Amino acid sequence: MAETHSLQDMRQQAAVAAKVFLQRDYTNGTVCQFQTKFPSELETRIEKQQFEETLRMLNNLYAEAEKLGSQSYIEGCLACLTAYTVFLCMETHYEKVLKKVAKYIQEQNDKIYAPRGLLLTDPIERGLRVIEVTIFEDRSLTR
Amino acid sequence: MKNCEYQQIDPRTLPTPTPTPTPTPHHGPDGDRPEEPRGRPRRKWHVFPGKNRFYCDGRIMVARQSGVLPLTLGLILVTSGLFFIFDCPFLVKHLTSCIPVIGGFLFVFVVITLLQTSFTDPGILPRATPDEASDIEKQIDNTGNTSYRPPPRTKEVVINQQVVKLKYCFTCKMFRPPRTSHCSLCDNCVERFDHHCPWVGNCVGKRNYRFFYTFIVSLSFLTAFIFGCVTTHLALRAQGGKGLVFALQESPGSAVELVICFFSVWSILGLSGFHTYLVASNLTTNEDIKGSWSGKSGEDVTNPYSQRNIFVNCCSVLCGPMPPSLIDRRGFLPADESVQTAAADIELPTLATKSEINVCTQGTKGLLESATLPPLLSTSCPQGKPPTDPTGNFDPSPEISTSCGGARHTHHSRGRASTPRHSKTRSKKSKRAALQIANPSFDVPVSPTSPDAGPSSTARGHEGASFSHLH
Repeated sequence: MAETHSLQDMRQQAAVAAKVFLQRDYTNGTVCQFQTKFPSELETRIEKQQFEETLRMLNNLYAEAEKLGSQSYIEGCLACLTAYTVFLCMETHYEKVLKKVAKYIQEQNDKIYAPRGLLLTDPIERGLRVIEVTIFEDRSLTR
Repeated sequence: MKNCEYQQIDPRTLPTPTPTPTPTPHHGPDGDRPEEPRGRPRRKWHVFPGKNRFYCDGRIMVARQSGVLPLTLGLILVTSGLFFIFDCPFLVKHLTSCIPVIGGFLFVFVVITLLQTSFTDPGILPRATPDEASDIEKQIDNTGNTSYRPPPRTKEVVINQQVVKLKYCFTCKMFRPPRTSHCSLCDNCVERFDHHCPWVGNCVGKRNYRFFYTFIVSLSFLTAFIFGCVTTHLALRAQGGKGLVFALQESPGSAVELVICFFSVWSILGLSGFHTYLVASNLTTNEDIKGSWSGKSGEDVTNPYSQRNIFVNCCSVLCGPMPPSLIDRRGFLPADESVQTAAADIELPTLATKSEINVCTQGTKGLLESATLPPLLSTSCPQGKPPTDPTGNFDPSPEISTSCGGARHTHHSRGRASTPRHSKTRSKKSKRAALQIANPSFDVPVSPTSPDAGPSSTARGHEGASFSHLH
């Protein structure tokens, strides 16, 4: 029964048991990276490897967004020459990657986390400070 | 620095968990929210807790105190206007018609970058949600009891072999990321905080530093260009034994320009030089003033953020990827919060709508990051700003205020206590500015080769004091 929970059903019916917050990892400076330490509260809900894989993918996506490469330099120089008005017309590389992140999180939630009674919140909704994992009550126990 | 009163979060007062609405991606369209809120749907900028003002339905934001932004704009417009009216015709006739073209280009560049600096979100970090804040407090206790205690003031991380202390912000209820500072004027934590510039009426931080730098560099070119042109103009007129006085009488506007440019070119050039040094070493004004990485304490400290290469530093600061705005000002509030805040709105005073029509016609960065689609652009300002609308810097919804209220109250009072001193420092400096149009927030660390080292050092003392309020 738990496996057939849709995301919407779960959100509307289940009660939140706890929330776990994964903080930022600043060892490489101010780039956006999250700590990959597996929280103990999730031990009973999801495999460590699966969770770390999700986190690794997210960290890679953010690293790609903030990468200093030729594309970002070209974008930056072009923007400077046009007094940055080009930002009004064009989606920046960072924003494109954020869309990818949102899609990835949605997909992970649908396939992996919702069936286990978990929900990942997109970090952009928390100001890129934390990854919030909401743990819903395990309904299979209450039935 | 005295401890601010800490309002501990009582876990029983945390809001009862409501099912979270479908999280929309950051740039999702605004119109397809599943739930219909009772009453008018409210946007997040209405309940923004910092001291900012919003125009054009959240597309444009400025600090609460506009500082001397009107003066800055006025000076630029007046000087350029006089230049085009009085000097250009003469110079076109006697020299070349490139002059107004170059002048026009520089003028447009300066005004656009100034407006972008003023109206862009500098990199404000949204405050921690009550759940996050209580989680931080809970984590500290490791003895097995889940009690809630005030977290320690600092936390250490090692960044590139340097130990960096992260401070806990009592207002925003989170440990500040590295290089982030809390601006007491705007009451926000700002990422890569450089300084709060009254001349542009906004903080200068991660997102608008490049606009600010481009503004001051182009302004120094513009000022130097106008100064040069005016001097040439007067020299040409005074030729043939007619004398300077005659020339000035023929072209009185040039006299005004000469005075303004003469006094401002040195300070603006100095400021540009200083910021070029900061960019090349990947430092912020805040760090430079505090001497965070200069090894004053005798230890071997180096800047952990610097790439050790001037070119790479410049590229990463000025041409790096443009980070998004984290505060999602144009997002809609969830239905329950909209209803709760509606009650809080009633006592809010009517705020003067500040020529937002003019303001809205300027294109700014804010337009892009707020998921504006063309249809939304056309529903612009007047609709978004009925007179009774608050601009989000008063009481946020009650559930936010349970956790932030106490700390916020004390911070408001601290903010107010510090603001008079800020404004005193600033008014002293603006008096000096009237004489010499220096940049008051930083006529300090003008480049090391600046001739006026004396006043700089006293001003440095001032700035050191005022920065202590920036936590």
